[in-house]
Amino acid sequence: MNQAQPVPKPASLAVTNAVFIGRSIRHSLRNVESLMMAIMLPVMLMLLFTYVFGGAIDPGGDYVNYVVPGIILLCAGFGSSSTAVDVATDMTNGIIDRFRTMPIRSLSIVTGHVAASLVRNLLATAIVIGVAWLVGFRPNASLAEWLGALGLIVLFILAFTWLFAAIGLVTGSPSAASGYGFMLLFLPYLSSAFVPTSSMPSWLQGFANHQPITPVIETIRGLLTGTPIGDYGWQAIGWSAAILVLALAWSAFSFRRRGGRR
Amino acid sequence: MTIHSIEIAGIRKKFGEQTVLDGIHLNVAKGSVLALLGPNGAGKTTLIHILSTLFPPDEGNARIEGHDVVTARDEVRRLISLTGQFAAVDEVLTGYENLIMMCRLSGLSAAQARAQTAELLKRFDLEGAAHKRVKAYSGGMRRRLDLAVSLVVRRPVLFLDEPTTGLDTVSRRTLWDMILQLKQQGMTILLTTQYLEEAELLADEIAVLNGGHIVASGTAAALKARVGSEVIELRSSSDEVIRTIPTDGSVQHVRHTLNEIAALYPADSTITLRKPSMDDVFVALTAPQQSKEASLA
Ligand SMILES: Nc1ncnc2c1ncn2[C@@H]1O[C@H](COP(=O)(O)OP(=O)(O)OP(=O)(O)O)[C@@H](O)[C@H]1O
Ligand SMILES: [Mg+2]
Repeated sequence: MNQAQPVPKPASLAVTNAVFIGRSIRHSLRNVESLMMAIMLPVMLMLLFTYVFGGAIDPGGDYVNYVVPGIILLCAGFGSSSTAVDVATDMTNGIIDRFRTMPIRSLSIVTGHVAASLVRNLLATAIVIGVAWLVGFRPNASLAEWLGALGLIVLFILAFTWLFAAIGLVTGSPSAASGYGFMLLFLPYLSSAFVPTSSMPSWLQGFANHQPITPVIETIRGLLTGTPIGDYGWQAIGWSAAILVLALAWSAFSFRRRGGRR
Repeated sequence: MTIHSIEIAGIRKKFGEQTVLDGIHLNVAKGSVLALLGPNGAGKTTLIHILSTLFPPDEGNARIEGHDVVTARDEVRRLISLTGQFAAVDEVLTGYENLIMMCRLSGLSAAQARAQTAELLKRFDLEGAAHKRVKAYSGGMRRRLDLAVSLVVRRPVLFLDEPTTGLDTVSRRTLWDMILQLKQQGMTILLTTQYLEEAELLADEIAVLNGGHIVASGTAAALKARVGSEVIELRSSSDEVIRTIPTDGSVQHVRHTLNEIAALYPADSTITLRKPSMDDVFVALTAPQQSKEASLA
């Protein structure tokens, strides 16, 4: 400890974010079980839906082209749900008190988890597409369509990760966070992800057609395989952006409201 | 230029119906060490959290080097460093990574961070464990890292909430030396502790928190004087302390006291007269109301 050393200027927002993103990525890499899960889940789901359910749902053998967007979103949902647990764990640990008493924007600790989730989920998305290709997925998308699909996937992951982050912030314990987060994971099943909504009972169709997952799925499917998109494109962006904005505001609000107490 | 680094005026804090702090007034002189004593649940941690800007008081205000902890939070955060009651380090990271992270967050450049981390690892005897994950650290190592982390940059005011709880005698001594060293460098330190010996050794001034109030404050010697200049200690035949009674040591008071208690205890009890310890002070000041009267009677 150097006595003459003056107190340095506080870290800039960019440095703070970079430090917390690095921390969360280290956390992700060191949590071996959940890393395995993030890699295995896309592989298993892809094989399950192609070979086990695929034959029954669409005997024509074209099901793999239909189901890829659904599996991408399902994996992204799972992958981002662990953010709720990561955030809740940090909030119940004394370390958050230390960050809050430093002259930094401590909400960046959550930003770090969100960024790590984005990286994990894009990796899972790449695995889904790679495995899908091996089992017969043949998209006909142009580069622009690929980029559009990627952009929408990123937007979707960010929106849901911030939503899970907010859940982690309000629930107050890692196990409660994991419980509430779990409920959101059923949304993809009640959408056009795995079967067309027209095959559902009419009361369920109403829900399935008007929840955020369906337009996102239909848009990605349209971009990758050329099915009609129609109004779904704007709905997909609108839903994702709205969820993102609300989840950000909810996170920022609950982070501020939650004092440094356990 | 304020003479007091920490000024606390009329702080009240309730959790639900429970009033934890009920009008705290306290000042800590620049460059001095204040030890806050009090039984479990007295509100020591609550007070430290208010002073370190974690949450505002319900009433009253506090200033750190002249800056209000509520309205000038950002300035205060540049002046303070908190080592909480429970080690606040990242268990998934290594000791080295923890220190680098805190250095960077405190505004050091990457090169400065590496240099400072190396120095702190050496100073806190953590070089051997630097690249182990903190999860595998012992309680003492974790506490040392915790303190190292709060010293990555020099801030004028340091809060230490029970810094030596759970440490063995050797680690505790080492930590005491470090705290004294920081004090010599001019840091203002507010620490809480359960160990009276520690308060006496480290602190220029001791404040006792009980029932939401500062019930006494002053130097260790002054506090002892409040209990009386001497203590009569009554022991059973098996040499257990049955009772301690403060006295001014005068023949008249000692005789009077002995007359009063002679009938109450077995005849083979023995007495000794000794100087009061910090324990006597603590018991006398923090005992519930009736027994306090009894022991000071
Ligand atoms: N967030 C909270 N919500 C409700 N009650 C709380 C909260 N934090 C503290 N308390 C209560 O306030 C009182 C004081 O707690 P505090 O932790 O400040 O005591 P302390 O003096 O630090 O005790 P210890 O010596 O055990 O650390 C306790 O009765 C505790 O239960
Ligand atoms: Mg405490």
